Amino acid sequence: MDLFLQQFFAGLAFGGIYACIALAVVMIYQATDHLNFAQGEMAMFSTYIAFTLISAGFPYWWAFLATMLISFVGGVLIERIIVRPVEGTSVLNEVIVFIGLLTIFNSLAGWIWDFTIKPFPSPFPKEPVFGNKFIGTHDLGVIAVTLVVLGLVFMFFRFTPLGLAMRAAAQNPDSARLVGVRVGWMLALGWGLAAAIGAVAGMLVAPIVFLEPNMMISMLLYGFAGALLGGITNPVGAVMGGFMVGVIENMIGTYVPFIGHELKLSVALVLIIAVLVFRPSGLWGHVVVKRV
Amino acid sequence: MAALLEVANLEAFYGQTQVLRGLSFTLDEGGITTILGANGAGKTTTLRAICGMVRTTGSVTISGAQVAGKATETIVRHGIAHVPEGRGTFVRLSTEDNLRLGAYTRGDAAGVAEDLGRVFEYFPRLKERRAQQAGTLSGGEQQMLAVGRALMMRPRLMLLDEPSFGLAPNLTEELFEILGNINKERKVSMLVVEQNASLALGIAAHAYLLETGRIVMHGTAKEIGQDESVRKAYLGY
Repeated sequence: MDLFLQQFFAGLAFGGIYACIALAVVMIYQATDHLNFAQGEMAMFSTYIAFTLISAGFPYWWAFLATMLISFVGGVLIERIIVRPVEGTSVLNEVIVFIGLLTIFNSLAGWIWDFTIKPFPSPFPKEPVFGNKFIGTHDLGVIAVTLVVLGLVFMFFRFTPLGLAMRAAAQNPDSARLVGVRVGWMLALGWGLAAAIGAVAGMLVAPIVFLEPNMMISMLLYGFAGALLGGITNPVGAVMGGFMVGVIENMIGTYVPFIGHELKLSVALVLIIAVLVFRPSGLWGHVVVKRV
Repeated sequence: MAALLEVANLEAFYGQTQVLRGLSFTLDEGGITTILGANGAGKTTTLRAICGMVRTTGSVTISGAQVAGKATETIVRHGIAHVPEGRGTFVRLSTEDNLRLGAYTRGDAAGVAEDLGRVFEYFPRLKERRAQQAGTLSGGEQQMLAVGRALMMRPRLMLLDEPSFGLAPNLTEELFEILGNINKERKVSMLVVEQNASLALGIAAHAYLLETGRIVMHGTAKEIGQDESVRKAYLGY
Protein backbone atom coordinates (compact mmCIF):
# COMPACT_ATOMS: atom_id res chain seq x y z
CA MET A 1 0.00 0.00 0.00
CA ASP A 2 2.81 2.42 0.85
CA LEU A 3 4.50 1.71 -2.46
CA PHE A 4 1.22 2.19 -4.29
CA LEU A 5 0.61 5.60 -2.69
CA GLN A 6 4.19 6.70 -3.24
CA GLN A 7 4.03 5.79 -6.90
CA PHE A 8 0.59 7.31 -7.24
CA PHE A 9 1.71 10.71 -5.94
CA ALA A 10 4.96 10.63 -7.90
CA GLY A 11 2.85 9.89 -10.99
CA LEU A 12 0.54 12.75 -10.15
CA ALA A 13 3.50 15.14 -9.96
CA PHE A 14 4.76 14.08 -13.37
CA GLY A 15 1.16 14.20 -14.53
CA GLY A 16 0.98 17.88 -13.61
CA ILE A 17 3.98 18.54 -15.84
CA TYR A 18 2.44 16.54 -18.69
CA ALA A 19 -0.83 18.40 -18.12
CA CYS A 20 0.94 21.74 -18.64
CA ILE A 21 2.53 20.53 -21.86
CA ALA A 22 -0.76 19.03 -23.02
CA LEU A 23 -2.55 22.29 -22.36
CA ALA A 24 0.11 24.28 -24.24
CA VAL A 25 -0.17 21.91 -27.20
CA VAL A 26 -3.99 21.98 -27.18
CA MET A 27 -4.14 25.77 -27.07
CA ILE A 28 -2.19 26.06 -30.29
CA TYR A 29 -3.96 23.06 -31.80
CA GLN A 30 -7.38 24.58 -31.21
CA ALA A 31 -6.45 27.80 -32.94
CA THR A 32 -4.49 26.34 -35.85
CA ASP A 33 -5.36 22.63 -36.14
CA HIS A 34 -1.69 21.73 -35.85
CA LEU A 35 0.46 20.17 -33.17
CA ASN A 36 3.37 22.40 -32.27
CA PHE A 37 6.26 19.94 -32.25
CA ALA A 38 8.56 22.67 -30.94
CA GLN A 39 6.55 23.12 -27.72
CA GLY A 40 8.91 20.94 -25.69
CA GLU A 41 12.08 22.56 -27.02
CA MET A 42 10.65 26.01 -26.38
CA ALA A 43 10.02 24.94 -22.78
CA MET A 44 13.55 23.56 -22.53
CA PHE A 45 14.99 26.84 -23.81
CA SER A 46 12.88 28.75 -21.26
CA THR A 47 14.27 26.54 -18.53
CA TYR A 48 17.80 27.48 -19.57
CA ILE A 49 16.79 31.13 -19.31
CA ALA A 50 15.59 30.45 -15.76
CA PHE A 51 18.88 28.63 -15.09
CA THR A 52 20.84 31.67 -16.28
CA LEU A 53 18.78 34.04 -14.15
CA ILE A 54 19.14 31.87 -11.05
CA SER A 55 22.87 31.49 -11.65
CA ALA A 56 23.09 35.28 -11.91
CA GLY A 57 21.74 35.44 -8.36
CA PHE A 58 18.04 36.12 -8.85
CA PRO A 59 15.82 34.63 -6.12
CA TYR A 60 14.11 31.48 -7.44
CA TRP A 61 10.52 32.76 -7.64
CA TRP A 62 11.55 36.04 -9.27
CA ALA A 63 13.47 34.05 -11.85
CA PHE A 64 10.41 31.80 -12.24
CA LEU A 65 8.07 34.73 -12.96
CA ALA A 66 10.60 36.53 -15.16
CA THR A 67 11.08 33.35 -17.20
CA MET A 68 7.33 33.03 -17.71
CA LEU A 69 7.18 36.63 -18.89
CA ILE A 70 10.18 36.27 -21.22
CA SER A 71 8.71 33.04 -22.61
CA PHE A 72 5.38 34.76 -23.17
CA VAL A 73 7.00 37.56 -25.15
CA GLY A 74 9.17 35.03 -26.99
CA GLY A 75 6.11 32.95 -27.92
CA VAL A 76 4.32 36.03 -29.26
CA LEU A 77 7.38 37.03 -31.30
CA ILE A 78 7.82 33.51 -32.72
CA GLU A 79 4.22 33.54 -33.91
CA ARG A 80 4.42 37.03 -35.37
CA ILE A 81 7.76 36.63 -37.11
CA ILE A 82 8.24 32.95 -37.94
CA VAL A 83 4.88 31.17 -37.91
CA ARG A 84 2.67 33.90 -39.31
CA PRO A 85 4.10 33.93 -42.86
CA VAL A 86 3.19 30.25 -43.31
CA GLU A 87 -0.12 30.30 -41.45
CA GLY A 88 -2.88 28.80 -43.55
CA THR A 89 -0.61 27.98 -46.48
CA SER A 90 -0.42 24.21 -46.15
CA VAL A 91 -0.12 21.60 -43.44
CA LEU A 92 3.31 20.59 -44.66
CA ASN A 93 4.66 24.16 -44.55
CA GLU A 94 3.51 24.68 -40.99
CA VAL A 95 4.71 21.33 -39.72
CA ILE A 96 8.13 21.89 -41.31
CA VAL A 97 8.37 25.26 -39.59
CA PHE A 98 7.52 23.58 -36.26
CA ILE A 99 10.18 20.94 -36.78
CA GLY A 100 12.61 23.66 -37.84
CA LEU A 101 11.91 25.50 -34.59
CA LEU A 102 12.48 22.27 -32.68
CA THR A 103 15.95 21.71 -34.13
CA ILE A 104 16.87 25.39 -33.90
CA PHE A 105 16.03 25.62 -30.20
CA ASN A 106 17.71 22.31 -29.47
CA SER A 107 20.94 23.31 -31.22
CA LEU A 108 20.83 26.87 -29.93
CA ALA A 109 20.60 25.64 -26.32
CA GLY A 110 23.53 23.28 -26.90
CA TRP A 111 25.54 26.06 -28.50
CA ILE A 112 24.88 28.62 -25.76
CA TRP A 113 24.88 26.41 -22.66
CA ASP A 114 26.64 23.24 -24.06
CA PHE A 115 25.25 19.72 -23.89
CA THR A 116 26.49 18.70 -20.45
CA ILE A 117 23.88 17.83 -17.85
CA LYS A 118 23.32 20.57 -15.29
CA PRO A 119 21.57 20.42 -11.94
CA PHE A 120 18.56 22.71 -11.66
CA PRO A 121 17.41 23.88 -8.22
CA SER A 122 14.07 23.04 -6.69
CA PRO A 123 12.45 25.82 -4.67
CA PHE A 124 11.03 23.27 -2.26
CA PRO A 125 12.85 21.87 0.79
CA LYS A 126 14.32 18.36 0.75
CA GLU A 127 12.57 17.18 3.95
CA PRO A 128 9.13 15.70 3.42
CA VAL A 129 6.27 17.82 4.80
CA PHE A 130 4.80 16.66 8.09
CA GLY A 131 7.30 13.82 8.01
CA ASN A 132 5.04 11.82 5.66
CA LYS A 133 6.58 9.00 3.69
CA PHE A 134 4.27 9.04 0.69
CA ILE A 135 5.15 12.17 -1.20
CA GLY A 136 8.32 14.20 -1.62
CA THR A 137 8.08 17.93 -1.08
CA HIS A 138 9.16 18.72 -4.61
CA ASP A 139 6.44 16.45 -5.98
CA LEU A 140 3.88 18.11 -3.75
CA GLY A 141 5.12 21.52 -4.87
CA VAL A 142 4.89 20.47 -8.52
CA ILE A 143 1.29 19.39 -8.06
CA ALA A 144 0.44 22.63 -6.25
CA VAL A 145 2.15 24.91 -8.78
CA THR A 146 0.63 23.15 -11.79
CA LEU A 147 -2.83 23.28 -10.22
CA VAL A 148 -2.45 27.01 -9.57
CA VAL A 149 -1.21 27.69 -13.12
CA LEU A 150 -3.92 25.57 -14.71
CA GLY A 151 -6.55 27.19 -12.50
CA LEU A 152 -5.40 30.67 -13.51
CA VAL A 153 -5.45 29.74 -17.18
CA PHE A 154 -8.93 28.28 -16.80
CA MET A 155 -10.21 31.42 -15.09
CA PHE A 156 -8.60 33.59 -17.75
CA PHE A 157 -10.41 31.77 -20.53
CA ARG A 158 -13.66 31.41 -18.63
CA PHE A 159 -14.12 34.80 -17.05
CA THR A 160 -12.26 37.52 -18.95
CA PRO A 161 -13.37 39.24 -22.18
CA LEU A 162 -9.92 38.65 -23.67
CA GLY A 163 -10.12 34.94 -22.89
CA LEU A 164 -13.57 34.80 -24.46
CA ALA A 165 -12.24 36.58 -27.55
CA MET A 166 -9.40 34.07 -27.83
CA ARG A 167 -11.85 31.16 -27.69
CA ALA A 168 -14.04 32.86 -30.28
CA ALA A 169 -11.08 33.48 -32.59
CA ALA A 170 -10.10 29.82 -32.38
CA GLN A 171 -13.64 28.57 -33.07
CA ASN A 172 -14.81 30.85 -35.82
CA PRO A 173 -12.21 33.35 -37.05
CA ASP A 174 -14.52 35.01 -39.60
CA SER A 175 -17.25 35.66 -37.07
CA ALA A 176 -14.69 36.83 -34.52
CA ARG A 177 -13.37 39.42 -36.99
CA LEU A 178 -16.92 40.63 -37.58
CA VAL A 179 -17.29 41.54 -33.90
CA GLY A 180 -13.94 43.32 -33.98
CA VAL A 181 -11.62 40.66 -32.51
CA ARG A 182 -8.09 40.98 -33.91
CA VAL A 183 -7.73 37.31 -34.73
CA GLY A 184 -4.06 37.48 -35.71
CA TRP A 185 -3.12 38.90 -32.32
CA MET A 186 -5.25 36.29 -30.54
CA LEU A 187 -3.15 33.60 -32.22
CA ALA A 188 0.00 35.37 -31.10
CA LEU A 189 -1.34 35.64 -27.54
CA GLY A 190 -2.10 31.91 -27.68
CA TRP A 191 1.50 31.20 -28.60
CA GLY A 192 2.67 33.45 -25.81
CA LEU A 193 0.48 31.73 -23.22
CA ALA A 194 1.48 28.28 -24.47
CA ALA A 195 5.16 29.22 -24.23
CA ALA A 196 4.70 30.53 -20.68
CA ILE A 197 2.82 27.39 -19.57
CA GLY A 198 5.47 25.23 -21.21
CA ALA A 199 8.14 27.18 -19.32
CA VAL A 200 6.45 26.25 -16.03
CA ALA A 201 6.55 22.58 -17.03
CA GLY A 202 10.24 22.86 -17.94
CA MET A 203 11.24 24.57 -14.69
CA LEU A 204 9.31 22.03 -12.60
CA VAL A 205 10.66 18.95 -14.32
CA ALA A 206 14.27 20.12 -14.58
CA PRO A 207 15.14 19.36 -10.90
CA ILE A 208 13.95 15.76 -11.47
CA VAL A 209 15.41 14.94 -14.88
CA PHE A 210 18.32 17.47 -14.82
CA LEU A 211 18.81 20.26 -17.31
CA GLU A 212 20.07 19.34 -20.77
CA PRO A 213 18.95 20.23 -24.30
CA ASN A 214 17.11 16.93 -24.83
CA MET A 215 15.27 16.86 -21.52
CA MET A 216 11.86 17.82 -22.95
CA ILE A 217 11.70 15.41 -25.87
CA SER A 218 10.12 12.58 -23.88
CA MET A 219 8.08 15.12 -21.88
CA LEU A 220 6.53 16.36 -25.11
CA LEU A 221 5.63 12.80 -26.05
CA TYR A 222 3.89 12.28 -22.70
CA GLY A 223 2.19 15.65 -23.17
CA PHE A 224 0.91 14.56 -26.59
CA ALA A 225 -0.31 11.31 -25.06
CA GLY A 226 -2.14 13.23 -22.33
CA ALA A 227 -3.72 15.63 -24.81
CA LEU A 228 -4.89 12.78 -27.02
CA LEU A 229 -6.16 10.68 -24.12
CA GLY A 230 -8.19 13.53 -22.64
CA GLY A 231 -9.26 14.88 -26.00
CA ILE A 232 -7.24 17.27 -28.10
CA THR A 233 -10.34 19.37 -28.73
CA ASN A 234 -10.98 19.95 -25.02
CA PRO A 235 -8.41 21.84 -22.91
CA VAL A 236 -9.87 20.61 -19.60
CA GLY A 237 -9.85 17.06 -20.96
CA ALA A 238 -6.25 17.43 -22.07
CA VAL A 239 -5.24 18.52 -18.57
CA MET A 240 -7.02 15.53 -17.03
CA GLY A 241 -5.37 13.33 -19.65
CA GLY A 242 -1.96 14.69 -18.67
CA PHE A 243 -2.50 13.77 -15.02
CA MET A 244 -3.80 10.34 -16.01
CA VAL A 245 -0.80 9.61 -18.22
CA GLY A 246 1.51 10.51 -15.34
CA VAL A 247 -0.20 8.07 -12.98
CA ILE A 248 -0.67 5.29 -15.55
CA GLU A 249 2.94 5.48 -16.67
CA ASN A 250 4.25 5.30 -13.12
CA MET A 251 1.94 2.44 -12.12
CA ILE A 252 2.83 0.35 -15.13
CA GLY A 253 6.52 1.11 -14.62
CA THR A 254 6.24 -0.09 -11.02
CA TYR A 255 3.95 -3.09 -11.25
CA VAL A 256 4.61 -4.57 -14.68
CA PRO A 257 8.01 -6.19 -14.20
CA PHE A 258 9.32 -6.31 -17.76
CA ILE A 259 8.55 -2.63 -18.41
CA GLY A 260 10.24 -1.10 -15.38
CA HIS A 261 11.97 2.21 -15.83
CA GLU A 262 13.48 1.46 -19.22
CA LEU A 263 10.31 0.89 -21.22
CA LYS A 264 8.21 3.59 -19.55
CA LEU A 265 8.29 5.89 -22.54
CA SER A 266 6.81 3.22 -24.76
CA VAL A 267 3.77 3.30 -22.48
CA ALA A 268 3.09 6.77 -23.84
CA LEU A 269 3.45 5.57 -27.41
CA VAL A 270 1.17 2.58 -26.82
CA LEU A 271 -1.34 4.92 -25.23
CA ILE A 272 -1.22 7.29 -28.23
CA ILE A 273 -1.79 4.44 -30.65
CA ALA A 274 -4.52 2.89 -28.53
CA VAL A 275 -6.41 6.18 -28.27
CA LEU A 276 -6.09 6.86 -31.99
CA VAL A 277 -7.37 3.39 -32.82
CA PHE A 278 -10.18 3.00 -30.31
CA ARG A 279 -11.29 6.49 -29.45
CA PRO A 280 -9.74 9.12 -31.72
CA SER A 281 -11.61 11.99 -30.09
CA GLY A 282 -10.19 11.12 -26.65
CA LEU A 283 -12.13 10.60 -23.43
CA TRP A 284 -13.63 14.09 -23.23
CA GLY A 285 -13.11 15.43 -26.73
CA HIS A 286 -15.86 15.95 -29.23
CA VAL A 287 -15.93 14.47 -32.68
CA VAL A 288 -14.99 17.01 -35.32
CA VAL A 289 -16.66 16.48 -38.65
CA LYS A 290 -15.05 18.22 -41.56
CA ARG A 291 -16.29 18.78 -45.04
CA VAL A 292 -13.51 18.07 -47.52
CA MET B 1 -22.87 65.87 -44.50
CA ALA B 2 -21.33 62.69 -45.83
CA ALA B 3 -23.63 59.74 -46.43
CA LEU B 4 -23.52 56.93 -43.87
CA LEU B 5 -22.18 54.54 -46.48
CA GLU B 6 -20.84 55.45 -49.86
CA VAL B 7 -19.63 52.78 -52.25
CA ALA B 8 -17.94 53.81 -55.47
CA ASN B 9 -16.58 51.69 -58.32
CA LEU B 10 -16.39 48.67 -56.07
CA GLU B 11 -14.99 45.56 -57.69
CA ALA B 12 -14.52 42.28 -55.83
CA PHE B 13 -12.63 39.13 -56.70
CA TYR B 14 -12.52 35.52 -55.55
CA GLY B 15 -9.15 34.44 -56.87
CA GLN B 16 -9.24 35.30 -60.56
CA THR B 17 -13.02 35.51 -60.72
CA GLN B 18 -14.47 38.98 -60.69
CA VAL B 19 -17.82 39.11 -58.92
CA LEU B 20 -18.59 42.81 -58.55
CA ARG B 21 -18.06 45.02 -61.60
CA GLY B 22 -17.96 48.65 -60.59
CA LEU B 23 -20.68 48.95 -57.99
CA SER B 24 -21.69 52.43 -56.81
CA PHE B 25 -24.38 53.35 -54.35
CA THR B 26 -24.99 55.45 -51.27
CA LEU B 27 -26.93 54.82 -48.11
CA ASP B 28 -28.38 57.58 -45.95
CA GLU B 29 -28.60 57.45 -42.20
CA GLY B 30 -31.68 55.91 -40.66
CA GLY B 31 -33.36 53.92 -43.39
CA ILE B 32 -33.61 50.33 -44.50
CA THR B 33 -32.26 49.56 -47.95
CA THR B 34 -32.44 46.25 -49.72
CA ILE B 35 -30.37 44.69 -52.46
CA LEU B 36 -32.30 42.31 -54.67
CA GLY B 37 -30.90 39.94 -57.21
CA ALA B 38 -30.78 36.35 -58.39
CA ASN B 39 -28.41 33.72 -57.07
CA GLY B 40 -24.86 34.59 -58.01
CA ALA B 41 -25.62 38.24 -58.75
CA GLY B 42 -23.15 39.32 -56.06
CA LYS B 43 -25.44 40.25 -53.17
CA THR B 44 -23.52 38.41 -50.47
CA THR B 45 -20.24 39.54 -52.01
CA THR B 46 -21.37 43.16 -51.80
CA LEU B 47 -21.81 42.84 -48.03
CA ARG B 48 -18.55 40.93 -47.67
CA ALA B 49 -16.74 43.55 -49.75
CA ILE B 50 -17.99 46.37 -47.53
CA CYS B 51 -16.52 44.52 -44.53
CA GLY B 52 -13.23 43.78 -46.22
CA MET B 53 -13.77 40.01 -46.30
CA VAL B 54 -12.88 39.68 -49.99
CA ARG B 55 -10.24 41.24 -52.20
CA THR B 56 -11.58 44.50 -53.60
CA THR B 57 -10.69 47.61 -55.54
CA GLY B 58 -12.62 50.85 -55.42
CA SER B 59 -13.84 52.99 -52.58
CA VAL B 60 -15.97 52.36 -49.50
CA THR B 61 -16.49 55.26 -47.11
CA ILE B 62 -18.35 55.20 -43.82
CA SER B 63 -19.40 58.72 -42.79
CA GLY B 64 -16.59 60.03 -44.95
CA ALA B 65 -13.87 57.70 -43.61
CA GLN B 66 -12.24 55.53 -46.27
CA VAL B 67 -12.26 51.88 -45.20
CA ALA B 68 -11.55 50.04 -48.46
CA GLY B 69 -8.55 47.77 -48.07
CA LYS B 70 -8.66 47.88 -44.26
CA ALA B 71 -8.92 44.77 -42.10
CA THR B 72 -12.41 43.50 -41.23
CA GLU B 73 -11.84 43.99 -37.50
CA THR B 74 -10.95 47.65 -38.15
CA ILE B 75 -13.91 48.29 -40.45
CA VAL B 76 -16.49 46.94 -38.00
CA ARG B 77 -15.20 49.40 -35.41
CA HIS B 78 -16.77 52.15 -37.52
CA GLY B 79 -20.15 50.91 -36.32
CA ILE B 80 -20.84 48.23 -38.91
CA ALA B 81 -22.51 45.02 -37.72
CA HIS B 82 -22.57 42.23 -40.27
CA VAL B 83 -25.05 39.38 -39.76
CA PRO B 84 -23.37 36.87 -42.02
CA GLU B 85 -24.74 34.21 -44.28
CA GLY B 86 -24.93 31.02 -42.21
CA ARG B 87 -25.31 33.08 -39.01
CA GLY B 88 -21.69 32.83 -37.86
CA THR B 89 -22.58 31.24 -34.53
CA PHE B 90 -19.79 30.42 -32.07
CA VAL B 91 -21.21 26.94 -31.65
CA ARG B 92 -19.28 25.82 -28.57
CA LEU B 93 -19.88 29.00 -26.58
CA SER B 94 -23.01 29.73 -24.60
CA THR B 95 -25.76 31.91 -26.01
CA GLU B 96 -24.86 34.65 -23.57
CA ASP B 97 -21.16 34.49 -24.42
CA ASN B 98 -22.09 34.80 -28.10
CA LEU B 99 -23.99 37.97 -27.28
CA ARG B 100 -21.21 39.33 -25.08
CA LEU B 101 -18.76 38.87 -27.92
CA GLY B 102 -20.88 41.30 -29.92
CA ALA B 103 -19.92 43.96 -27.38
CA TYR B 104 -16.22 43.05 -27.53
CA THR B 105 -15.12 46.45 -28.84
CA ARG B 106 -17.11 48.39 -26.28
CA GLY B 107 -15.79 49.64 -22.96
CA ASP B 108 -19.03 50.74 -21.28
CA ALA B 109 -20.04 47.84 -19.03
CA ALA B 110 -23.28 49.52 -17.98
CA GLY B 111 -24.34 50.11 -21.57
CA VAL B 112 -23.49 46.52 -22.47
CA ALA B 113 -25.63 45.17 -19.62
CA GLU B 114 -28.46 47.44 -20.72
CA ASP B 115 -28.20 46.24 -24.33
CA LEU B 116 -28.12 42.61 -23.23
CA GLY B 117 -31.41 43.21 -21.45
CA ARG B 118 -32.79 44.84 -24.58
CA VAL B 119 -31.76 41.92 -26.80
CA PHE B 120 -33.51 39.57 -24.38
CA GLU B 121 -36.61 41.78 -24.68
CA TYR B 122 -36.57 41.55 -28.46
CA PHE B 123 -35.82 37.82 -28.37
CA PRO B 124 -37.19 36.22 -25.17
CA ARG B 125 -36.19 32.80 -26.52
CA LEU B 126 -32.55 33.74 -26.22
CA LYS B 127 -33.04 34.61 -22.56
CA GLU B 128 -34.51 31.17 -21.90
CA ARG B 129 -31.49 29.62 -23.58
CA ARG B 130 -28.79 31.99 -22.32
CA ALA B 131 -26.65 29.28 -20.71
CA GLN B 132 -27.13 26.74 -23.49
CA GLN B 133 -24.39 25.93 -25.98
CA ALA B 134 -25.22 28.04 -29.03
CA GLY B 135 -24.62 25.16 -31.44
CA THR B 136 -27.63 23.36 -29.98
CA LEU B 137 -30.04 26.21 -30.80
CA SER B 138 -32.47 25.78 -33.68
CA GLY B 139 -31.86 27.57 -36.98
CA GLY B 140 -34.36 30.28 -36.15
CA GLU B 141 -32.88 30.82 -32.70
CA GLN B 142 -29.40 31.04 -34.18
CA GLN B 143 -30.63 33.69 -36.60
CA MET B 144 -32.05 35.64 -33.67
CA LEU B 145 -28.73 35.17 -31.92
CA ALA B 146 -26.87 36.56 -34.92
CA VAL B 147 -29.12 39.63 -34.99
CA GLY B 148 -28.78 39.97 -31.22
CA ARG B 149 -25.00 39.73 -31.43
CA ALA B 150 -25.01 42.46 -34.06
CA LEU B 151 -27.20 44.65 -31.84
CA MET B 152 -24.75 44.24 -28.97
CA MET B 153 -22.25 46.23 -31.03
CA ARG B 154 -24.64 49.19 -30.82
CA PRO B 155 -24.07 49.63 -34.55
CA ARG B 156 -24.97 52.51 -36.82
CA LEU B 157 -25.41 50.20 -39.78
CA MET B 158 -26.45 46.56 -39.84
CA LEU B 159 -25.67 44.44 -42.88
CA LEU B 160 -28.07 41.50 -42.99
CA ASP B 161 -27.33 38.60 -45.29
CA GLU B 162 -30.43 36.51 -46.04
CA PRO B 163 -32.01 36.79 -42.58
CA SER B 164 -34.94 34.65 -43.75
CA PHE B 165 -32.77 31.78 -44.94
CA GLY B 166 -33.96 28.44 -43.59
CA LEU B 167 -36.66 29.94 -41.36
CA ALA B 168 -40.30 28.89 -41.22
CA PRO B 169 -42.61 31.55 -42.73
CA ASN B 170 -44.11 32.61 -39.39
CA LEU B 171 -40.64 32.95 -37.84
CA THR B 172 -39.47 34.99 -40.82
CA GLU B 173 -42.38 37.35 -40.43
CA GLU B 174 -41.70 37.72 -36.74
CA LEU B 175 -38.01 38.39 -37.38
CA PHE B 176 -38.73 41.07 -39.99
CA GLU B 177 -41.18 42.76 -37.66
CA ILE B 178 -38.50 42.87 -34.98
CA LEU B 179 -35.96 44.22 -37.48
CA GLY B 180 -38.43 46.97 -38.36
CA ASN B 181 -38.84 47.82 -34.68
CA ILE B 182 -35.10 47.88 -34.13
CA ASN B 183 -34.73 50.25 -37.06
CA LYS B 184 -37.34 52.62 -35.63
CA GLU B 185 -36.53 52.41 -31.95
CA ARG B 186 -32.75 52.12 -32.07
CA LYS B 187 -32.21 54.27 -35.19
CA VAL B 188 -30.07 51.56 -36.72
CA SER B 189 -29.72 51.81 -40.49
CA MET B 190 -29.93 48.52 -42.33
CA LEU B 191 -28.77 47.06 -45.61
CA VAL B 192 -30.68 43.84 -46.23
CA VAL B 193 -29.85 41.23 -48.83
CA GLU B 194 -32.77 38.90 -49.51
CA GLN B 195 -33.93 36.18 -51.84
CA ASN B 196 -37.45 36.78 -50.64
CA ALA B 197 -38.03 40.00 -52.58
CA SER B 198 -41.57 40.77 -51.43
CA LEU B 199 -40.50 40.48 -47.80
CA ALA B 200 -37.51 42.74 -48.35
CA LEU B 201 -39.47 45.34 -50.31
CA GLY B 202 -42.06 45.34 -47.56
CA ILE B 203 -39.58 46.48 -44.94
CA ALA B 204 -37.24 48.66 -47.03
CA ALA B 205 -37.54 52.27 -48.12
CA HIS B 206 -35.01 51.96 -50.93
CA ALA B 207 -34.02 49.11 -53.19
CA TYR B 208 -31.21 48.27 -55.57
CA LEU B 209 -31.38 45.55 -58.17
CA LEU B 210 -28.16 43.69 -58.80
CA GLU B 211 -27.44 41.61 -61.91
CA THR B 212 -24.08 39.89 -62.55
CA GLY B 213 -22.16 42.28 -60.36
CA ARG B 214 -23.75 45.51 -61.56
CA ILE B 215 -26.59 47.65 -60.30
CA VAL B 216 -29.19 47.72 -63.04
CA MET B 217 -31.98 49.56 -61.27
CA HIS B 218 -32.60 51.56 -58.14
CA GLY B 219 -35.36 53.58 -56.57
CA THR B 220 -37.78 53.59 -53.70
CA ALA B 221 -38.99 50.18 -52.65
CA LYS B 222 -42.44 51.09 -53.93
CA GLU B 223 -41.21 52.00 -57.42
CA ILE B 224 -39.10 48.89 -57.68
CA GLY B 225 -41.94 46.70 -56.43
CA GLN B 226 -44.26 48.08 -59.10
CA ASP B 227 -41.78 47.64 -61.93
CA GLU B 228 -43.09 45.13 -64.42
CA SER B 229 -39.81 43.25 -65.00
CA VAL B 230 -38.95 43.08 -61.31
CA ARG B 231 -42.39 41.76 -60.53
CA LYS B 232 -42.08 39.02 -63.10
CA ALA B 233 -38.52 38.04 -62.28
CA TYR B 234 -38.44 38.34 -58.49
CA LEU B 235 -41.94 38.60 -57.12
CA GLY B 236 -43.53 35.95 -59.30
CA TYR B 237 -46.72 37.63 -60.45
